Amino acid sequence: MNDTCTAAAVRTHADYKSKTKPVWCPGCGDFTVLGAITRALAALELPPHEVAVVSGIGCSSRIPAYTTCYGFHGVHGRALAAGTGLKVARPELTVLVSGGDGDGYSIGGNHFMHACRRNVDLTYIVMDNHVYGMTKGQASPTTEPDWDNKLSPGGTGIRSFHPLVIALASGANFVARAFSGDTSGTARIIAEAIRHPGFSFVEVLSPCVTFRPEQRGWKEQVHQAVVDPTDDAARAARRIMTDDGFNIGVLYAGTRTPYPLKRAAMRSQPAALEAQFACGEVSS
Amino acid sequence: MKPRTLADVMAQALAMEREAIQRYNALADVMEVHHNRDVEALFRSMAKIEAKHAAQIMAEMGWTDSSDEARPRSSPFGDDGPESVPEDAVHYLMWPWHALQLALSAEQRAEAFFAGLAVTAPSQAVRDAAIRLRDEEREHVALITAWIVKTPQPGSDWADDPDPPRYTD
Amino acid sequence: MTSEFALSLNQIKDVALSRRSTCGIADPGVTVDAAAPRPPRPEHVPPPATPESLSIALAGSGGSGVMTAGTMLLEAAAKAGFYGLMVRTSGPQIRGGEAAALIRLGPRPIDGLDDAFDLLIAFDWESLPRFADEIPMRSSGLIVGDSGAGDPPAVFVAGGARFAGVELKKTAKSIAGSWINMVALGLAGSLAGLPATALAAALRDSWKRSDAGLQSNLLALQAGIDAAATLDFAPRLAAPAPTSEARWLISGNEAAGYGAIRGGVRFVAAYPITPATELLEWMAPALAKVGGSLLQAEDELASINMAIGASYGGVPALTATAGPGLALMTEAIGLAVSAEVPVVVVDVMRGGPSTGIPAKSEQSDLSFAVSGLPGDAPRLVLAPTSIADCLATTQWAVQLAEALQAPAIVLSDQFMGQSRAVIDRPRDTGFVAERLTAAADTPDYQRYLDTPSGISPMAIPGTPGVAYTADGLEHTQTGTPSSQARDHTLQLDKRERKLARHDYGPWWADVEGDADAAVITFGSVTGTVREAIARAAGHGVALRLVALRLLAPLLGRELDAALAGVSRVIVVEQNHGAQLFRWLRAMHDLPGRPASFHRPGPLPLRPGELMEALLDWHRTAGPAAPAPGADVGTAAAKEYA
Repeated sequence: MNDTCTAAAVRTHADYKSKTKPVWCPGCGDFTVLGAITRALAALELPPHEVAVVSGIGCSSRIPAYTTCYGFHGVHGRALAAGTGLKVARPELTVLVSGGDGDGYSIGGNHFMHACRRNVDLTYIVMDNHVYGMTKGQASPTTEPDWDNKLSPGGTGIRSFHPLVIALASGANFVARAFSGDTSGTARIIAEAIRHPGFSFVEVLSPCVTFRPEQRGWKEQVHQAVVDPTDDAARAARRIMTDDGFNIGVLYAGTRTPYPLKRAAMRSQPAALEAQFACGEVSS
Repeated sequence: MKPRTLADVMAQALAMEREAIQRYNALADVMEVHHNRDVEALFRSMAKIEAKHAAQIMAEMGWTDSSDEARPRSSPFGDDGPESVPEDAVHYLMWPWHALQLALSAEQRAEAFFAGLAVTAPSQAVRDAAIRLRDEEREHVALITAWIVKTPQPGSDWADDPDPPRYTD
Repeated sequence: MTSEFALSLNQIKDVALSRRSTCGIADPGVTVDAAAPRPPRPEHVPPPATPESLSIALAGSGGSGVMTAGTMLLEAAAKAGFYGLMVRTSGPQIRGGEAAALIRLGPRPIDGLDDAFDLLIAFDWESLPRFADEIPMRSSGLIVGDSGAGDPPAVFVAGGARFAGVELKKTAKSIAGSWINMVALGLAGSLAGLPATALAAALRDSWKRSDAGLQSNLLALQAGIDAAATLDFAPRLAAPAPTSEARWLISGNEAAGYGAIRGGVRFVAAYPITPATELLEWMAPALAKVGGSLLQAEDELASINMAIGASYGGVPALTATAGPGLALMTEAIGLAVSAEVPVVVVDVMRGGPSTGIPAKSEQSDLSFAVSGLPGDAPRLVLAPTSIADCLATTQWAVQLAEALQAPAIVLSDQFMGQSRAVIDRPRDTGFVAERLTAAADTPDYQRYLDTPSGISPMAIPGTPGVAYTADGLEHTQTGTPSSQARDHTLQLDKRERKLARHDYGPWWADVEGDADAAVITFGSVTGTVREAIARAAGHGVALRLVALRLLAPLLGRELDAALAGVSRVIVVEQNHGAQLFRWLRAMHDLPGRPASFHRPGPLPLRPGELMEALLDWHRTAGPAAPAPGADVGTAAAKEYA
């Protein structure tokens, strides 16, 4: 697709959606998240070829190919590492990292924590459906402890993971929750996340109609946060510890200095490194 | 963005039609991937119908594809247009009857939208346009309602699939 | 503390002087191993065939500064126009433990240690038993220790070496502010025949503390030089010919790092692991200087994926690790294969398996590197043959990875990585990263287009009109995930073909000589093999050397050409499983009945024992040796009478 010929025209969200037809189940929340991402990119007027979407493995990790941006569909749980390397090497690109709750919080948990710490200017969008969809419905870290499934009959019995708490504690500079049923709200939050410097984390509740059909009821459970976002990490921490998991909005928009990305750097030629090895002769 | 002139209203109506076209085509694609041919065909028909409406608006206003008014709107955070079927409202085993119910709701929302516009219109021109559009949507509602009557209704087991979900990655 | 170092005196006797090796005609299924402990037979230590090299060991413990002295000795030798090599070895303590610097000097480039040491300067005796295996003394050797500390451990003099006491501690104490290691430096340097000016210059150049301290230690240095004059030891180093050629003092890790930068690497992701950490640490400021960046990762899974992400973005990228880290990187290396993203992984091999022996060298990651990926996953595996070659081969790896859009594993090892050598300033081979990229707005762009070479242009993010999604899933030529047979076969063929069809030029191996018997080897062992072959020539036996740099893909045609006229080969390597031997035989038909000489780490192969093994093999595996497949009974294990 030649997007230079529409340079004069304003891009709409449709310009960010590729011709590839998603394989997601009809009714999947990821459709609207895709819509929200494309709307956010359109609002920010970012040329698609200057945006990269990096993902791991899982249903929601299929998303890069459904956009007209550059995409990287890597291995399970390592999307944040790949996205970090890409952004540090190419700071002028806008890098979105995307995936599901299994990919991001289980196998990817370690990288999640360190990405928040490192605070590289990335936007991490997790489509959380509280289940491993692609592998036939096992419990994920955010699954409720009593959800019966084949791998853990009767439920895991393990307290579920609280991604916003972890993100905040680890130093993410922007922490928000969205709901796929609210396209415009999610689009707004994602756009804000992209604009916000440093590591921005958006957890999007995105129902899985196949393995968790009861999640269609999330529509009734979500509610807009009644308080404004704060830049005070301690205040955000107090809020999130009493959060019911369905508060929608931006929790925290901080002022941490992002990881320094080199721009036009002072450059020597490689040969300038050779002097340190020289061992000259001394006339005796 | 409240419409102030006739052109505003018509541009908004055009945008709604266009969004509805995109949405119906997107839903048709989803149905195509999941081999629900009947509903795919129905959504494609709806897309075509909306395209006709859009063409009517353009003809009436003398707009072409390169007209300013015909360009995409610059309020990207807008909710789904009132005339667009929500993306999460579909099911891979849905019947055409379900799809028509969704289309009906969409047209009803559109009708309500223009009805509301008529009430708050800042000028007579805008009010007249809104009323006309409301009435057109009302016609669409009637047409779809009649269509539904002729469409077989699904039984209570419409969503039964003997095969369990498969995993691929 | 590991128990294998708690050796009884008897065990030390048995093991320390064991220079015995066995090699046999290896049957499939029969692994021939070398160097089980044998009784010492010092009178059969072959005299060195290269008398112009001198081997010096400095050993001590508890903060005595052995490593610093060793480094300065090497620097002084360089200033005096010599070549040299320094290997460091130590106990497991972070500081204050036993430490030894093993140095070999000579007028020609030195790539390996000799059979034994001519001179050992021990600051104390407590530290020495650990190094009994690593510091075998020549019968003509001299051990210098502190005269107040008694006699050296018996094992060190059992072979005939003499002991002389010097008042090391007393001398250092008598000069306020001086250190014992500077006395030792003067002593060792002077015994080696290095001029005092070179020794003093080495001390001055590396002195970072107060000027008063410098003066004290110059005095200590001189005191050591004076003490040397009282000892009966004739340095055998001939003064080197003066040269105007520039020389470098460099470690293998540094050389690999610089080679990577010369090749075009501008992004490194780093997770520390022995013995690769210094490579990464060296690269941090070096990259910043040339406009690149280094990112510390939380683990090896992160570092390899970061490097791949950066490379996907168009920036040549590298990471460095050792065996355990390489194991963690496996999945992502496979991703680089499938998504066709260039990346270089330097594996500084160490004793394995698992945590193994982190601070010792071994060549035991070869099997894993050449075949340890799920699926059919062609990848590049290269191995530098010396410290100096770490530069050129890493540089070449960068060029190949970028040209072929594939991962390249560079098998360095602890011996090369952490040892320092004086080398000729390497000329620039000119290998630079050159990636085939897609032009903007290429119509109908297909990232994974099937081409005759197998290489398809890669779109770099930021380029309009050619955006694509890279994928580890099998894919169509456009990159869309596919489970279709025709797509899988096409892409598998493509990925294999692009490596197999590439013209690698002459760098794939060093082939030396034209004898009808050949020695095949790789990596750090090459230097010792070369020396053994040179010594064998002195005994009238000519051997051809094939030192492989490119291990995967294995170039069958080129190997056949290199072995033209060869009727028998022996494969020499430092591992327990004869990994190169098995790899070669799996991938290629070697002439005659191939033999294997292999021994695991931690001890280096030595040229004398290797020479004897080669002579023995050459004698018994002559033209009358049976053809492959014939029944020859069990392997012949030889002992040297």
